[in-house]
Amino acid sequence: MSEPHRRIDLVLNGERRECDVPVRASLADLVRSLGATGTRVGCEHGVCGTCTVLLDGEPVRGCLVLAVQAEGRAVTTIEGLAEGDDLHPVQRAFVEHRALQCGFCTPGFVLLAASLLDREPAASEERIVEVMSSNLCRCTGYAPILAAVRAAQAERA
Amino acid sequence: MKPPPFEYLRAGSVEEALEALDGETKVLAGGQSLLPLLNYRLARPARLVDVDRLEELAGIDVEDGVRVGALTRHAAVERDEQLAGPWQALRVAAAHVGHYPIRTRGTFGGSIAHADPAAELCLAALTFDADVVVRSRTGTRRIAAADFFAGPFATALADDELVTEIVFPAGATASVFEELAPRTGDFALASVCVVQTARGVAIGLGSVGPTPLRARSAEEARASGEPVSSVARAAAQDCDPTSDSHATAEYRRALVATLVERALLRLEATA
Repeated sequence: MSEPHRRIDLVLNGERRECDVPVRASLADLVRSLGATGTRVGCEHGVCGTCTVLLDGEPVRGCLVLAVQAEGRAVTTIEGLAEGDDLHPVQRAFVEHRALQCGFCTPGFVLLAASLLDREPAASEERIVEVMSSNLCRCTGYAPILAAVRAAQAERA
Repeated sequence: MKPPPFEYLRAGSVEEALEALDGETKVLAGGQSLLPLLNYRLARPARLVDVDRLEELAGIDVEDGVRVGALTRHAAVERDEQLAGPWQALRVAAAHVGHYPIRTRGTFGGSIAHADPAAELCLAALTFDADVVVRSRTGTRRIAAADFFAGPFATALADDELVTEIVFPAGATASVFEELAPRTGDFALASVCVVQTARGVAIGLGSVGPTPLRARSAEEARASGEPVSSVARAAAQDCDPTSDSHATAEYRRALVATLVERALLRLEATA
């Protein structure tokens, strides 16, 4: 069977991109092929959350969305958060609270936290813990990650 | 961990989707169950028909009962304030599905059609006596949840049928959903849904059989006024769980009793 492709366009980090993708390609693989290699691919079956990207502002598993399903929609990856040299408040908080060690899971965590605080600026402690439990970190541990999210939330308030 | 090749058709309307359905075609909606199956190559459909943009199939309508469009995302059910009160168990069930980024994509109809024995929404549909509305090129039929779930990942859905809506009948006055999972977001070791109506209390159990099931002798014990603890013990005998790497059958049975007791006490407190 020849590999079926489809031409799509989407808005990646504010920039309109046109591409020709295999229909079975994941959104995570597509954004990486478009240069957004901050998106990490981990388990590829929706468990680890490392490939989290924002689709129209909502966090999704990049491995569980087909690239063709993102046609015409806005995709935000870790490259799209900072404004020039000014880090996003969540990124700054991750640095200040040393919420990363190897860094592999960090883009996913930062996007997840940024979208949560955008959508639910008054998220309770319980809600923050619940949402941040969506992704796996296997070195720093969750305490500094949660501290960073709380700090970013406090900064917004 | 990449899916096998398939052809892809994006449906522009329900009719177009129905036109495409056959034994070689799988319906893709949110993809949160189907894409892992493809990545593991446990499914190799020749073609996917993508219904993810059929907004006409999305939405929650609360009047006497509740109608949930098949394409309604779990996160929308979880957030819907109209579902507080008698329908609260629906919101809680939806909030237990996977993790938040799964729930922004996963759909109600997708979960029902996938029919995982541990699926919270299948259990809720069964316990609320919901109907699953399905369409094909030749017509529409309404299937009672009790007849819809045929086994693990097996339903009464024919190859040319699409789930369009789940209809929850009027009459619920209170409801509670309880489950225990080893970690937040994991599949439950056991789950329980209880629904109060004028006729009595419906008690449903999930993750403890090939499909969600109703604890009939527990429902009767409740109707005859037995104390909550004996209703809970009866529920534990109404299921026949199996042992696996996550928990033994005995543990699951004991857990059912605990969760049923907890759910009934909370139901009494809310009703």
